[in-house]
Amino acid sequence: MPKIKMPVKSPHIDMTPMVDLFSLLLTFFMLTTSFRPQEATVIDSPFSVSEKQAPDKDLITLIIDSTNRIFFNMDNGPDSSTKYRIDLLKQMGERYSIKFSDKELDKFSKLNSYGMPVKDIKTWLTTDDPKVKEELQQGIPMDTVDNELAMWVRYARLVNPRAEVAIKGDGNADYKVVKQVMDLLQENKVNKFNLVTNLMKEEAKLED
Amino acid sequence: MGEIIQEEKHEKGGKRRPKKHSTSIDMTPMVDLMCLLITFFMLTTAFSKPKVMEITMPEKTEDTAKPKDAPKVAADRTVNVLITGEDELYYYIGLANPNEPPLPTMMKTNYGPDGLRKFLLERNANVFKQVTELKEKVIKGELVVADSTLNRMIREIKKSDKKSPIVLIKADEKAKYKHIVDVIDEMAICNIAQYAVVDIAPIEIKMLESVQQ
Repeated sequence: MPKIKMPVKSPHIDMTPMVDLFSLLLTFFMLTTSFRPQEATVIDSPFSVSEKQAPDKDLITLIIDSTNRIFFNMDNGPDSSTKYRIDLLKQMGERYSIKFSDKELDKFSKLNSYGMPVKDIKTWLTTDDPKVKEELQQGIPMDTVDNELAMWVRYARLVNPRAEVAIKGDGNADYKVVKQVMDLLQENKVNKFNLVTNLMKEEAKLED
Repeated sequence: MGEIIQEEKHEKGGKRRPKKHSTSIDMTPMVDLMCLLITFFMLTTAFSKPKVMEITMPEKTEDTAKPKDAPKVAADRTVNVLITGEDELYYYIGLANPNEPPLPTMMKTNYGPDGLRKFLLERNANVFKQVTELKEKVIKGELVVADSTLNRMIREIKKSDKKSPIVLIKADEKAKYKHIVDVIDEMAICNIAQYAVVDIAPIEIKMLESVQQ
């Protein structure tokens, strides 16, 4: 009697539908993605019902983290021909008599938020050690003797007069510090701010 | 597709069958790569753009000749919300003037829907009802207007009401940023027409202290 031959089944599965789906997803994500910029610190924004979108260009962002450090960020402007960050750093360099090389200026224009005294910016731009970079982020000083944050805001508004100001505060930041920042902005003739928040729906009903 | 099958059937009747070649390619490496890329994009993508809440602060007057005090508002319409640390929230109605006793009574409330929101909704019922009705009409399709027109209509409703509360938000040194945002957010939820974030007065700090004891 011949042995019963088991039908030889191919170990291959038809992967075409899976590949179809994958390519679809991949295309979708590649097209919709806008990379999350690397922030200098983690911010846990408070929630609100506001649905207004933050402008992604012409924006000065003041970041206040939970330990009350203040960071500053500004974008390069609406298109690649405007290099507001370079102008900003040049002017700040002149104000504090620090000379920045072209390479440093170029590097600065590609970076994101930062929070350190002006004198440390050169080290921050030249060093490659992430640990040193992290230690430098002590927050922009905002004391009465030398109000560097006010200078940053002033020069940023000189460089880009159309820029709006957004305050991105951590929920646990002290109101005292936020108030100081707001006062500083008002001294620089900024009376309208955008407070960055996360969206959370809330329902309100009148009781009869 | 159908055509191919038909052709195959056709060939069955033929004499010579061509040597069968597997048409499937090994897609495993491709799938591997795709998995990796999808994971990468899914993790790095920032879907929700940050939202912003707009707030306009009263302009600071550098004119020292004018006494720097709270804007003149009708006393019975004024609701003062006092924010202090430890998630405590107080409010009082009217003005607290140290020279004109008695001082208004402080009420304790909270950030939940039964706290400040309930109180503000009651005070602002008229405006809130009108705005909600208008929004419902738009949702149901009875009224077709552009967003900007709708916003203008809402603004007009808010403006026309002469009894809605005017809220002054004041925070002391212990307050956290999220408390302020929460309270400003309540204003948006309750459709409060007029509100402002102002400095806390010394008398109010004293009032807070006496209530907390």
